[in-house]
Amino acid sequence: MTTADLIDKIVQVVLGIAVFIAVIGLIMFLVDRAPKKARDFVQLIAFLAPALILLAIGLIYPAARTTLLAFTNNAGQWIGLDNFVWMFTQPDALITLRNTLIWVVLVPVLSTVIGLAYAVFIDKSRGEKYFKALVFMPMAISFVGASIIWRFVYEFRQAGDPQIGLLNQVVTLFGGEPQRWLQEPPINTFLLIIVMIWIQTGFAMVVLSASIKGIPTEQIEAAQLDGTNAWQRFRNVTLPGIRGSLVVVITTISIATLKVFDIVRTMTAGNFETSVIANEMYTQAFRAGEPGRGSALAVVLFLMVLPIVIYNVRILRQQKEIR
Amino acid sequence: MKTRFRRRLVAPFAAAGVIGLALAGCTGDIAAEQAEDVDCSDYEQYGSFDGAEVSVQGTIVEVEADRLIASFAPFEQCTGVTVDYQGTQEFEANIEVLAQGGNAPDLGIFPQPGLFQRLARGGFFVEAPADVESNVDEFWSEDWKAYGTVDGTFYGAPLMASIKGYVWYSPSEFEENGWEVPTTLEELDALSAQIAEESGHLPWCVGLGSDAATGWPGTDWVEDMVLRLHGPDVYDQWVNHEIPFNDPRIVEAFDAVGNYLKNDEYVNGGHGDVQSQLSVPFGEGGLPILDGECSLHHQASFYEGFWPEGTEIAEDGDIWAFITPPAAADDPLAVTGGGEIVGAFADREEVQAFQTYLSSDLWANNRVAEGGVISANSGLDPSVASSELLSQSIEILQNPETTFRFDGSDLMPGAVGADSFWTGIIDWISGDSTQEVVDAIEASWPAS
Repeated sequence: MTTADLIDKIVQVVLGIAVFIAVIGLIMFLVDRAPKKARDFVQLIAFLAPALILLAIGLIYPAARTTLLAFTNNAGQWIGLDNFVWMFTQPDALITLRNTLIWVVLVPVLSTVIGLAYAVFIDKSRGEKYFKALVFMPMAISFVGASIIWRFVYEFRQAGDPQIGLLNQVVTLFGGEPQRWLQEPPINTFLLIIVMIWIQTGFAMVVLSASIKGIPTEQIEAAQLDGTNAWQRFRNVTLPGIRGSLVVVITTISIATLKVFDIVRTMTAGNFETSVIANEMYTQAFRAGEPGRGSALAVVLFLMVLPIVIYNVRILRQQKEIR
Repeated sequence: MKTRFRRRLVAPFAAAGVIGLALAGCTGDIAAEQAEDVDCSDYEQYGSFDGAEVSVQGTIVEVEADRLIASFAPFEQCTGVTVDYQGTQEFEANIEVLAQGGNAPDLGIFPQPGLFQRLARGGFFVEAPADVESNVDEFWSEDWKAYGTVDGTFYGAPLMASIKGYVWYSPSEFEENGWEVPTTLEELDALSAQIAEESGHLPWCVGLGSDAATGWPGTDWVEDMVLRLHGPDVYDQWVNHEIPFNDPRIVEAFDAVGNYLKNDEYVNGGHGDVQSQLSVPFGEGGLPILDGECSLHHQASFYEGFWPEGTEIAEDGDIWAFITPPAAADDPLAVTGGGEIVGAFADREEVQAFQTYLSSDLWANNRVAEGGVISANSGLDPSVASSELLSQSIEILQNPETTFRFDGSDLMPGAVGADSFWTGIIDWISGDSTQEVVDAIEASWPAS
C-alpha cells in the first residue's frame, strides 16, 4: 500500500459517511414533511424500516436458507430428512450429540454452583473486591486464549522427559505415569469442560453477588431473630431472593455452552471423541464440503437453544409482573 | 476567547496528526518496480493488452505467493497486463460461494481436483482455450491432463506439482551401518527390522499431528500402499468410489501401513510410543533422524523445508530421501503427489493469454527458478530447480514411465478426504481395528 492508496481509502471512508448522513437527513426531512393525516404512520415506517430490513437480511433470510439447506445434499438436491438420519445414526455424529448434552448439563450447573458458593462466602468479607477480581479475570480472556493456556496445562511429554504440562508435572511428582489428557476419551471432554467452567464461573459469581447484595437486610435480620442457622437463611431467604438472577445466569451460560466452538476447536479440533455440535457444524459445512449436514446440525442447535430462550424470556416477564 | 478556541482545536488536530502518522506506518511506499531487462521476444505470442487486468486467487500464501507473483512479472512487463494475485487459505471454502454469487476471480488455482471437478460440473468454468490444450498435450502426461478434464471437456492446465511418499534418511548413518536403500516393499520391511535390531533405536519416526487436520500424513501412507500393492487402476476405482472403501484390497493396504505405524517395534523413534504419533506435529516428525533417535521418516518432498537451517540435503549429505519402493523390483515407478489446476471463470482475451502463459514451459522455468517448487511440465529444465532433491523430483515426474496419481484424499469428496479419512487414521492409531475404521469411512461417503 502506498500513501496514495491510503489517502484514497480515507477519502472513500469520509465520502461514505457523508453519503450516509445525507441519505438519513433526506429521509428525516421527508418524514417531517409528510401530510399531517398519515404522519404517524409514515414516521412509524421510517423509523422501524431500517431495523426490520436489517433483521430480514441478517437473521430471517439466513435462518430460512439454512433450514432449507438442511434438506439438501452437497450438490444442492433435495434429499428430505437424510441429513438428520445421518446425524442420529452415524456413531461419530452421535458422540457429538452426546458430548453436547454432557457440556450443557455440567457447565451451567457447576459454574453457577461454584460461582454462587464463592459469592456467598466472600460476601462482606475483607478484600471482597480482590477476591472477586481474581475469579472474574478469566472472563476477560478470550476462549481461544484460555484454551491455549489450558492446552499447556494438559501438555504431555513421554515418561522420563521433563514434563512441561502442569497437570502431568503434578502427577509425576506424586509418582504417577504422565497421561495424554487430551487424547483419552472420555476424560478429555471433562477436561475441556473445566476450561469453560473456569471462564464462566466469574460471570455467575459477579451477577449473583450483586443480586445477593440486593436482598433487603431486614429479611435477613428477621430470619436471624427467628433463630435460623446460616444454611436455613441461605436456603429460605437468599435463594428465593436471587431466583431471577439465577435463572438468567443458568440460561445465559447454557446458551453459551450449547454454542461452544472455540475451546473444542483450539484444544482438540474435535478429535479423540470430543467434538460438539457447533464444531461439527463448522467441520461439515466448511471442511468436509457438506453444507447440508452442517445446516442440519445448525437447525438442531437452534432447536436446542430455543426452549432455553423462551424460558428465560418468560421468567423475566413474570419478574416484571411481580414488581 | 481566542486562546480557548485555539485550545479546542489543538486536541483534534493532534489526534488527527497521530492517526495520520500511525496509518502512514501501514503504507510501505514501494519504489517503482525495478524494471529488469526482460527479453520480450518470447512473450510476443501472448499479444499486448495495455491496461488490462487479470485477477487470480488461490491457496498459495506468504513466501510461495511472493515467488508466484515474481514469476508473473516478465509476462506483465511484456504484455502490459496487470495480474492481481490474492492468496488466502480460505480459498477452497470460499470459492464456491464466490462463484455462485458471480464474484469469482478470472482464474482460480485449485489444489484439489475434486473441488475443481465439482465446480466444472456446476458449469462455473469456461472451457480452456485451444492454446492451453495444445500446451498441455505437449508438456504434460495423460495422467495430468485427466485431472483438468471433466466429462470429456478440458477445462484447465496443471500448474505446479509435488511428490509424496519420500522416505527421508541419513546417508551417513546408512553407510556406517552398511544399510542399503531398499528397492522393494519387502526390503523396506526387512531394513526396518534390521534397524530395530541393530541400532538400538526405533527405525521410524512419525508425526501425524496437524491441529484440525491431524491424521493426514497417515492418509499419504495408505495411498502410497494402495498404489504400490494394487496398481493405478484399483487406486482410481478406490478414489472414485467404484469399489467401496472397505474393499479387502484397501484393508490389505491399511494393514501394510499398520505393519509400520501400529508396530511398537518400529515407531515412534525419538517421540515415544505408537500413540505419540498423534500429538507430534507433522513438521517435527522426522527431526529425530538428525539426533540419531530414528532412521526413517515418510513425508512429501516439501519436508525439505522443515529441516533446520544448515542441514545439508544431498545424496552424500546429512539427509537424503528415497521414494517409497514398489512392491516388486520390476514394477514400474508409481508415485503419489499433489499439484494445482488452473480453472478460468472468464474468457476475456487477456485472461486466456495469461492462462496460456501459465501452461507453458516458459512459465514453468520462470517459476521453478524462483525456488521451492517443481512442476511436471516436461519443458522444464531440471537443473533450474533450487535443490538436488527437487531436480530429482522433476526427473521422476518427467519420466514418461512414471505413473503419477494425485493424492487420493484430495480427490475424494470432502466428507471423506478432509474429514472421515483423517479422523479414521486417528481412531486407527488410537487402537480401532482396520475393519472398524474402513467400515466407518465407507459409511461416511456421501450418497451423491
